[in-house]
Amino acid sequence: MEPGGKGCEDPGEEGVETRASMPAPHFQPAEQDPPPVREELVRLDKVKRIYRMGENIVRALDGVDLSIRRGQYWSIIGRSGSGKSTLLNVLGCLDRPSSGEYYLGGTNVSELDDDALSEIRGQRIGFIFQSFNLIPQLTVLENLEVPLFYQEHEPKVAKERAERYADRVGLKDRLHHRPNELSGGQQQRVAIARALMNEPLILLADEATGNLDSKTEMEILTLLDELHEEGMTVIMVTHSDKVADRAGHKLELRDGKILQITHHKKEDL
Amino acid sequence: MHRGSMIRTIRLGFKSLMLHKLRSALTMLGILFGVSSVIAMLSIGEGASYEAQERIKALGSNNIILESRKPPDDNNQQEQSAWRAQDYGLTYEDAELISETLPAVKVVIPIREIPKRVRYSETIVPTIVLGTVPGYSEVTGVKIKEGRFLSWIDLRRKRNVAVIGSEIARKLFRLENPLNKNIRIGKEIFRVVGQLAEPDRGNTGKAADRMRQGIFVPLSSAISFFGELIVKTSAGSREMERVQLHRIKVQVTGNDEVLGTGAAIRKIMADKHKKKDFAVIVPLELLRQAEDTKRIFNIVLGSIAGISLLVGGIGIMNVMLATVTERTREIGIRRALGAKRRHIIAQFLVETVVLSCMGGILGILLGVSIPAVVEWYSNITTIVSPAFPILAFGISAGVGILFGLYPAWRAAQMDPVEALRHE
Ligand SMILES: Nc1ncnc2c1ncn2[C@@H]1O[C@H](COP(=O)(O)OP(=O)(O)O)[C@@H](O)[C@H]1O
Ligand SMILES: [Mg+2]
Repeated sequence: MEPGGKGCEDPGEEGVETRASMPAPHFQPAEQDPPPVREELVRLDKVKRIYRMGENIVRALDGVDLSIRRGQYWSIIGRSGSGKSTLLNVLGCLDRPSSGEYYLGGTNVSELDDDALSEIRGQRIGFIFQSFNLIPQLTVLENLEVPLFYQEHEPKVAKERAERYADRVGLKDRLHHRPNELSGGQQQRVAIARALMNEPLILLADEATGNLDSKTEMEILTLLDELHEEGMTVIMVTHSDKVADRAGHKLELRDGKILQITHHKKEDL
Repeated sequence: MHRGSMIRTIRLGFKSLMLHKLRSALTMLGILFGVSSVIAMLSIGEGASYEAQERIKALGSNNIILESRKPPDDNNQQEQSAWRAQDYGLTYEDAELISETLPAVKVVIPIREIPKRVRYSETIVPTIVLGTVPGYSEVTGVKIKEGRFLSWIDLRRKRNVAVIGSEIARKLFRLENPLNKNIRIGKEIFRVVGQLAEPDRGNTGKAADRMRQGIFVPLSSAISFFGELIVKTSAGSREMERVQLHRIKVQVTGNDEVLGTGAAIRKIMADKHKKKDFAVIVPLELLRQAEDTKRIFNIVLGSIAGISLLVGGIGIMNVMLATVTERTREIGIRRALGAKRRHIIAQFLVETVVLSCMGGILGILLGVSIPAVVEWYSNITTIVSPAFPILAFGISAGVGILFGLYPAWRAAQMDPVEALRHE
């Protein structure tokens, strides 16, 4: 199942363990001790994402190799247009690589069809966007229930879980409000709660604080830090170095290529 | 999809529609008018053809009717007609020939009609005297209210007895009992032996008219009392004609024999009457024609209703395409949160079907009330068969699916990343 170990582009780092991945482990509470060797959740092999627009060819991702282990906290940084969102979309199975392989929890998802990708998004991925992306005509509670609706959970289970995560992000009293009745920070909290609803394998945040003032930004980042500490694998895209340095592992992109990977935190490797 | 999630998808559809009440209502109107016009047209068409069929059935589907017709004459005769009586029409011989040569013929009823005035004490009423035979009552289904119909003895003895129509009885006798009263027809005295019952109100055929306005006497008496010559005076001009029989009603033994016998009679008559002074009416043929007409009528009405539904459907599709574009972002969000293409299709399809079915239900209400109003204000018969609303509802749901499919498919085909980037 595991392809031969290949190192990241970062030269100073040790190679990737060749241990076989377990099938789809779930987000686990923090009380449990982390396993001695963390399993590999994400593995990218020469992933390219190429857009052809008539004569022009845009290499949004141009041969990315990457390995991310369970429970790690990653930031992706780079200039505008360097391919950060494209990379995150590929990682979140919203987009498919033009070439190369992507293994998520051991499954080669670059070969899956649209339905299977939807299923993976619905079961293993939590998305947080810059523009919150709540559905305006639905209440907070209804927005939270959306992901579970597609997993055909019982409405009762969905409601219970929605209340739990709304409480977790401190918005239990806003369940029946509509998104436009909330501040930006509150909306992003709802979005984070929604991303947690399916108890995902990875939380992906694309410039999650880009639309927020610095005080609110801190609150949201603190929330992400806490989630990471509780054991969640978090990957966030940002263009701010200060934000990027909060993460244990920092990936710098330029023109679709990995410029550098810095491991601030080596103990979770 | 689960039943539970289907219900939730329908609720979601309602909710989205309620966000744009005016738009949804206007879109619904297209279907509403389409469906109501389907029902109204079908009901009115069904009523019209029912009436036509009833009228034909009143003639008797086992009967064949021959009528005298003034021949399409040349100019010479036209000039002479003021002076000389015109000879044409069905003859006693024709009646005999038909009765004797055609095996499927059960009864032949000769009828001679003479316009006359009838008088009882001080009251004088214009009428038509029908000289006929006793079998008339069975073949045309007249009902006796009082007394009896003509008998064979009346006929053989050329008795001066009369059976009077329901309205004539009312006009001449008012509250008196007409039985055994003597009336004067022209110059002759006849004794009333029977009075006919009033035919059904809806029955407006010729036979029914005679049952109201006519006076029935034995054919033999009619000939011997009133002669062969008929003088018609109208607006100063005088017309004389010599017609033996005005009509011959032929009853055939069975339904299967009607068309063949009709053809045979046409042939016999064409050979005998070179002047074309007759007409053969086969009610069964008319019935078949009426059925054909109805079929064509239904096709035409169906096409018109279909076009209006098509327009309604296009309206729905237009609105749904706009909705899909407007909600591109929402589609992207749902896809990112795990919605499969079929979930998106279901969401928009359900919305369209909900819209068109609501339009359909309101259209049924309107469509059922239009025939009722038409019937109230005019005497047009309408028939709302229970199949129409069911059909109409089915059509509106079908229109919803048909015209919702493309917008829903478009929504489902969107690339999630593109959709999320949409402003
Ligand atoms: N749908 C697309 N069609 C063509 N080019 C695209 C498309 N999406 C992204 N790109 C290009 O790919 C490159 C990377 O985009 P993106 O990943 O959004 O960058 P970032 O998020 O780092 O700003 C950019 O040059 C962008 O113009
Ligand atoms: Mg971006």
